[in-house]
Amino acid sequence: MFGFLNNNKTRFVLFQIIAVLIVAFVAYYAVSNLNYNIDRLGIRSGFGFLDIRAGFDIAEHLIAYTADSSNLDAFYVGLINTITVSIIGIIFASVLGIIIGIARLSSNYLVSKLAEIYVEIFRNIPILLQILFWYNLMLISLPSPRNSFEFFNVVFFNLRGVYFPKPILESGFYWVMVAFLLGVFISFFIKWFFNKKHDSTGIKQRTWDYHLLSLLGLPLGVYFIFGSPVYFDYPNLQGFNFRGGLFFSPEFLALVLALSIYTATYISEAIRAGIESVDKGQKEAALAMGLTQAQTLKFVLLPQALRVAIPPIINQYLNLTKNSSLAAAIGYADLVGVFSGTVLNQVGQAIEIILMTMAVYLTLSLLISLGLNLFNYKIRIKGLNQ
Amino acid sequence: MSIFTLKQSRPAPKTQTGVLGWTTKHLFSSKTNAVLSLFALYFLYLILPPLLDWMIFGADFSAKTNAECTREAACWSYIGEKMNLFMYGMYPTEEYWRPNLLLTITLSFAFMVRLLKHQPYKNKAILTLFIIYPVIAFFLLYGNDFLGIKIVETNQWGGLMLTIVVASVGIVASFPIGVFLALGRQSRMKTIQFLSIAYIELIRGIPLITILFMVSVMLPLFFTEGINFDKLLRALIGITLFQTAYIAEVIRGGLQAVPKEQYEAADAIGLSFTQKMVFIILPQALKISIPNIVGSFIALFKDTTLVLIIGIFDMLAIAELATNDTDWLGRKTEGIVFVSIVIWMLLYLMSRYSKALERRFNTQH
Repeated sequence: MFGFLNNNKTRFVLFQIIAVLIVAFVAYYAVSNLNYNIDRLGIRSGFGFLDIRAGFDIAEHLIAYTADSSNLDAFYVGLINTITVSIIGIIFASVLGIIIGIARLSSNYLVSKLAEIYVEIFRNIPILLQILFWYNLMLISLPSPRNSFEFFNVVFFNLRGVYFPKPILESGFYWVMVAFLLGVFISFFIKWFFNKKHDSTGIKQRTWDYHLLSLLGLPLGVYFIFGSPVYFDYPNLQGFNFRGGLFFSPEFLALVLALSIYTATYISEAIRAGIESVDKGQKEAALAMGLTQAQTLKFVLLPQALRVAIPPIINQYLNLTKNSSLAAAIGYADLVGVFSGTVLNQVGQAIEIILMTMAVYLTLSLLISLGLNLFNYKIRIKGLNQ
Repeated sequence: MSIFTLKQSRPAPKTQTGVLGWTTKHLFSSKTNAVLSLFALYFLYLILPPLLDWMIFGADFSAKTNAECTREAACWSYIGEKMNLFMYGMYPTEEYWRPNLLLTITLSFAFMVRLLKHQPYKNKAILTLFIIYPVIAFFLLYGNDFLGIKIVETNQWGGLMLTIVVASVGIVASFPIGVFLALGRQSRMKTIQFLSIAYIELIRGIPLITILFMVSVMLPLFFTEGINFDKLLRALIGITLFQTAYIAEVIRGGLQAVPKEQYEAADAIGLSFTQKMVFIILPQALKISIPNIVGSFIALFKDTTLVLIIGIFDMLAIAELATNDTDWLGRKTEGIVFVSIVIWMLLYLMSRYSKALERRFNTQH
């Protein structure tokens, strides 16, 4: 009677229906309880809270924000801070990671041992501990604003953070940016043109001076034509604190420092693995063919090493972005700190807020994975069918 | 006729042997290397003396009060004073024997598993151990009125003990679900495959902290009125939800590494799907994944520190909490450094173990 159950196709359909039913039941149970509980506890729902006044101040905001701004503005401030921390962290982590990765392969015993010790120490300490450590270290060791560390009387570093002169752009600067974009475009054209020439005639010409001219010369020229449309707002000490200038808090510095140091250990390992993955014979063959050291590196070794190293590095960028959410622990105003923290406590609409936060991180992750997939597609070994 | 005799070989030049030779070869082999070595030495000179001074030579190991310690160096007697807090949290002092006993039992179980290695019935014995162990652990740590073991509420748990409990429960609970998700992702049934992929990628795309926030504020809303979750239980659910996705990916790696012929052979001799998986594929796949599972456990152990954000007193939270003691103000750095050292040692040992496993299981020589 139940013989039809032995048919593979029937079983497949049956199993899938059961799976969908289970998921649907769990979802139904959760959502109906959710609705009931929301009614019972009198929690508001919907996204109306985004428009109401936030009512709290945020120390670091890169867009206009006051306590009178809406919760949506607070969300944007948090989002922009998260992205800022991630980008700056990614830059520092990459630089540090590349240096450490190369240092580990050095023939110099001391240098490679130091790099190894660095990796072993910082990789095996949880990132949250490192963030708290650097933050605590800054709080106990930095001087008060009156005794700040000064650099050329324009950069100040103290307990309240680090102050840089802030460039203020006038309207003419718009044209400088246009000129720069144009320069990038011209630079691509130059590359295309000389590559074509190289393909058809075999003559390889020096092109870096053209690139320099279009990328740097053109914007600089426009900059001077418009009469240097930038002036600097210098930080100056007023009373107990500095005013003006571009300001980064100790929370921000501790976060960037910890994220870079931690992620650099993984990046360095990826770099090392990439370089070690290239067979020694490749280098010897390239040199035997008469390529110079630089050419060997550029055309033979690096393309192969990067193919192995870049995917894990991009994954680390993703991890760094996700780890930046730990800012909440030291009170830096990132997305989680501002939105899932302060706004959630004030409004109490946990569902909407946490779903929005998750959606943001998911989008960032998907964007980074998309970048990774594009890269993998671009560097795939062409003609290899697999 | 002259007879050719070997001359006594001369010793290698002084510059090629001993300390001098080693130094020339490894530190000063070229101009660049010499400059690099000098830089590295200068760097060490900058870092090491103040660090050692703070940690060891200037540090105080015997002071009774905070006032006896200097400001400039570490005050390790603070750690000594708070050691119980760091290890057990607010667990009642007279009940410390319970976590200690559990640790002893754990170690002896691990030892027994090693002893059983070549015995018949070892699988059944190990399985039994694995089933009774969590029960023993729960009754010992939480307590049970019927057995006459005093109940210790989970809000009193803390310190290293809690860190280990959270990480272990996370890995053990996420393992079976992870296996199912990994199989689901490999499945030819499109709906099941889609559901598995959606779950795995969703979880992997968001930070653990948002999941912890979610379980700590949203979880009770999803259940009928009256079902209430312990704070620790919420954290454990969150961590399990998170870890499951990562374990699933690790096991998927193992499944993919099993040669295709194994699947085909199992099908060819007419095994059912369950038989094929349980007897042929999973034993091989899991064996391949063991080093990565240990790696995943290491990552989880590191992530466990995040529970501090939702108000659970793991070791790091204790380092923060202990600074509130007015007798020992301003000793936060010592707490953080101590916790770092303890967790670092545990993680370093585990990563060594993982490397050793990788070598042991590497059958492709």
